[in-house]
Amino acid sequence: MKKIGLLIEFKEGVLKPANLGMITAAVKEGHELFAILMEVVTSDIQQQLARYGVDHIVKVVMNRPDWNPARWAQAVVTVLERLDIHILMGMTSAQGKDLLPRIAAILDAPLVMDCVHVDFDRQTAKTSQYSGKTTATFSLTGETILYGMRPNAIAAVVHPTTPQVIEQTLDIPEQTNLQVLEVLPGKLGAQNLSEADVIVSGGRGMKNGENFKLIFDCAKAFGDAAVGASRVAVDEGWVPYAMQVGQTGTKVNPTVYIACGISGSVQHLAGMKTSGLIIAINSDANAAILAHCDYIVIGDLFDILPALTHELEKNRGQYYRK
Amino acid sequence: MKIYVCVKHVPDSAATITVKGETEIEEGITFLMNPYDEHAVTEARRLKEIFPESEIIVVCFSKPGAEGTLRSALAMGADRGILVTTGHRHDPIMTARVLKTAISQDGQPDLILTGRESIDSEGMQTMFRLAHLFNIPAATNVVQIETAGNDVLVSCEKEAGAREMLKLAMPCVLAAGKGLNNPRYPTFPDIVKARKKEINIIDFEKLDIPEPESRVELVCLAPAIEKRTPKEITGSTTSIAEQIVSILKDEARVI
Repeated sequence: MKKIGLLIEFKEGVLKPANLGMITAAVKEGHELFAILMEVVTSDIQQQLARYGVDHIVKVVMNRPDWNPARWAQAVVTVLERLDIHILMGMTSAQGKDLLPRIAAILDAPLVMDCVHVDFDRQTAKTSQYSGKTTATFSLTGETILYGMRPNAIAAVVHPTTPQVIEQTLDIPEQTNLQVLEVLPGKLGAQNLSEADVIVSGGRGMKNGENFKLIFDCAKAFGDAAVGASRVAVDEGWVPYAMQVGQTGTKVNPTVYIACGISGSVQHLAGMKTSGLIIAINSDANAAILAHCDYIVIGDLFDILPALTHELEKNRGQYYRK
Repeated sequence: MKIYVCVKHVPDSAATITVKGETEIEEGITFLMNPYDEHAVTEARRLKEIFPESEIIVVCFSKPGAEGTLRSALAMGADRGILVTTGHRHDPIMTARVLKTAISQDGQPDLILTGRESIDSEGMQTMFRLAHLFNIPAATNVVQIETAGNDVLVSCEKEAGAREMLKLAMPCVLAAGKGLNNPRYPTFPDIVKARKKEINIIDFEKLDIPEPESRVELVCLAPAIEKRTPKEITGSTTSIAEQIVSILKDEARVI
């Protein structure tokens, strides 16, 4: 049995749902799991972690708790060393992309980002390469090994445990050469794509920015779906770049991806083809995306999208969210 | 300012990738500069306009054939290039050491620019490893750079359009995000001028870098399998909407 550190992420003090799938990915291997929490831990958060199979909850108490990627990376390294943990798993989220490589650099440790599968015993990781056209298996060698999981790569499974709380008080020196001056929240309507469960996306077929209202309405009818866009929609200035799904936008991995009026360039497919279920609504029966979908609707999205929104709203309350 | 820009020579994202043997790909396809690195080169050029005494040196570690990518960078405004050639694929741990050695042998950087990730291996880590080897700070997904004396003020894009403003002491490593600028594509005279610019070609073996104890080794590369068989949903608009809702409810279980 090995000790596995799990770098848990929060959003505005709440546990991000994508953490739970990552915990499940680690539970499957049957090791001793240490959830490392850099933020304030409430009893509610402890209960959630216990429900999904964490063995230890490591509460990190820093002299300065505010976000600074360099200081946080140093703090995680210190925790790993103190608790003699030699495997660390985190998420390939914006925060993970800023922390895991810093930790790997400090430890001179191997790291594979965006893993869809890991094997702690064989020290291997699977990820996609070349715009999702290939699957690569890596073997990692080093004293400490780091994995960045792709959010939503593995569905969360309940696995109750009674975790033990370990408090780690750290005094990390001030980072004089890197200071965080300000954190500005994203604009309303730009939900977090990389960890979204449902994404409704629009492309060239939306024709203009105003029509994206139909996409936003549909996303709202789901409760909390995120809105995505193709590169065309971004380049045309219809929606901000933060919404772009694809090779040079955000890579997404939701349970459901609904592509509306998106033809499906290689670059767009590279960003969404690992989605659980893909539904496309397109007026062009020859659109490239159709071959990469589970369900296709050939028709006018300006009719179908509002009808879908209406149907979702009508059934709201009748259904429960999982 | 001495600005070093690290660029990678990668297959065109539209190219067909054919796996050869266990871990190789057929390389008779179009290769070009990694798109994020184009933003890094463009930004170096913009900074040179503000600080005209600056020198832009573009650095690449690659299998042979990457000269085209370096020439593109030179045509986009870099002054000279360094190409470290190798016959093999190397992991980010070694790549960072090679870039560190090549840059250190050349001069003292004030700024090192890279792309936020490469579109082929998508490792997302070399810039941090490089910064750590130089013992200097780093930032990723940078979409705005402003110099302020010996510091740089940068804006980094986080998830859902959030921004983070950082202050880094120079020298530092900044990894370009897409929003940083619009790449400045060269004109014909730029391309002609780039042909005369110097590229220093160094053999990887001659750098004599000890084999690191940590490694990330590619053991298997396989074509991604497409398992989907599209089913068409037909009927009246209302019926289509109802069918989609049933799929979302019963099959995907998201509502």
